[in-house]
Amino acid sequence: MDVQKIRNDFPILQRKVNGKPLVYFDNAATSQTPIQVIDTIVEYYNNYNANIHRGVHTLSQEATELYELARQKIQKHFNAAQAHEIIFTSGTTHSINIVSNGYAQILSKGDEVIVSALEHHSNIVPWQMMCEKTGAVLKVIPMNEDGVLIMEEYDQLLSNTTKLVFVNHVSNALGTVNPIEEIITKAHAVGAEVLIDGAQASPHIKADVQSLDVDYYVTSAHKLCGPTGVGMLYGKQSALNRLPPYQGGGEMIAEVTFEKTTYADLPHKFEAGTPNIAGGIGFGAALDYLNTIGMEEIAAYEEQLLKYATTALNNIPGVKIYGVAPQKTAVISFNVTGIHPYDIGSILDQLGIAVRTGHHCAQPIMDFYQIPGTVRASFSFYNTFQEIDSMVEALKKAIQMLQ
Amino acid sequence: METINAVQQEIVEEFSMFDDWMQRYEYMIELGKSLPLIDPQYKTEDNIIKGCQSKVWVHADLEDNKLIFTADSDAIITKGIIAILIRVYSHQHPDAILEADTAFIDKIGLKEHLSPTRANGLVSMIKQLKMYAIAFKTQLN
Repeated sequence: MDVQKIRNDFPILQRKVNGKPLVYFDNAATSQTPIQVIDTIVEYYNNYNANIHRGVHTLSQEATELYELARQKIQKHFNAAQAHEIIFTSGTTHSINIVSNGYAQILSKGDEVIVSALEHHSNIVPWQMMCEKTGAVLKVIPMNEDGVLIMEEYDQLLSNTTKLVFVNHVSNALGTVNPIEEIITKAHAVGAEVLIDGAQASPHIKADVQSLDVDYYVTSAHKLCGPTGVGMLYGKQSALNRLPPYQGGGEMIAEVTFEKTTYADLPHKFEAGTPNIAGGIGFGAALDYLNTIGMEEIAAYEEQLLKYATTALNNIPGVKIYGVAPQKTAVISFNVTGIHPYDIGSILDQLGIAVRTGHHCAQPIMDFYQIPGTVRASFSFYNTFQEIDSMVEALKKAIQMLQ
Repeated sequence: METINAVQQEIVEEFSMFDDWMQRYEYMIELGKSLPLIDPQYKTEDNIIKGCQSKVWVHADLEDNKLIFTADSDAIITKGIIAILIRVYSHQHPDAILEADTAFIDKIGLKEHLSPTRANGLVSMIKQLKMYAIAFKTQLN
């Protein structure tokens, strides 16, 4: 993998921030966009822009073809059995809400939903709302000090009243890779369905939804070098057919009379209204881009970046890394003794280094460690070892100023 | 007591002595150390300013028709920012606080902190100080 060549694909990596070359280590929040994806979106607006699925004219048909081709690329990437099992959404949060909203109509009082202690807020709130509405009970798989889910506790929580298990593939705050194969198998054994949030995993791990046998898998394009505002909900055909539609509107109906509306077939049942067409096509182009480099090559390189940065950070006195699971993606959450993460983030920003600070929308994890937040550096395949050196130098400077 | 404008001008002059951001930040950190600290009994959840990534507590008292602010923060850059604001707004009449503008923030090179999305919540801090001014103004009337 030629990192210098790859970096040339990302125009934004050339820019300066506060007079310093940008070092972008906030990849877990959003990844940068390669020129190939940008060009695809520009090309769409220059040549194909039209509404899809409806027009008889050429533009509409070509736009529809491109959009459906993107769906097939996503299907192929995640190895879904059928293209209509891929629903285009506005992103992970939207995808999760489609499922939780559907479940709000399926569940009844006393049913149980299990989530993990490692979840993002977007994963907790919809289920709390759903439980309020239905009288279902929300149970939480706890984590240990290393940021690893305690699977013995999960076994205890599972029962025949469990209807749905919802876990992220990778934790956004800590980078822990969760044992989703085991989680799925055990949930199925008690007859529960499983929804996996792949937003943090999909830039690093290619999930095979068929071999996982997962019921729902969701992610956002912007985590995968694609545009913002588009994502996917994968669902097994049988699962999606059971799930009631989320929004009313155009495209999702087969027939409307004032007496009754029949819903359209998959995927249109969940795709009411004009979708983010350019976004969907850009999503497909982003997957093409990643697959040209190779997901395994990407993962192997990021693993090296993670190891290098972990060692370098551990060598700085006072640095404590949170989340030391044996299986981790290239995310390091850390603090420096006696210094607020916000102060560190502010100084690093002045030095051109973009990291995330705060609770990373994962307040329960911060409560667990009894900290206000962390500094989170998250790496991508276009980052370099030199950039990590720059961060380490900047961090030393920040500590000097702040202590 | 000097007017708000005069204090702002004073701060602008102090910051104009620095040529780079590091000196500005170091000075801000210094200013944070001179912050009139809030009495621990007021360091409650209710007194935390919402919209800041770090915790900022502010308390106000009325003395001779003037507002006296005290504060604290768990982050030292934020502490510096609130210290600057308190230096400007404390010991002033509520009307003067409500009338004051915030152009000096831009002049001392902290404009980036004025963006409403900025996690340190400078905007929220100013809003909170003005809220106190409104609240005490009604008491005066």
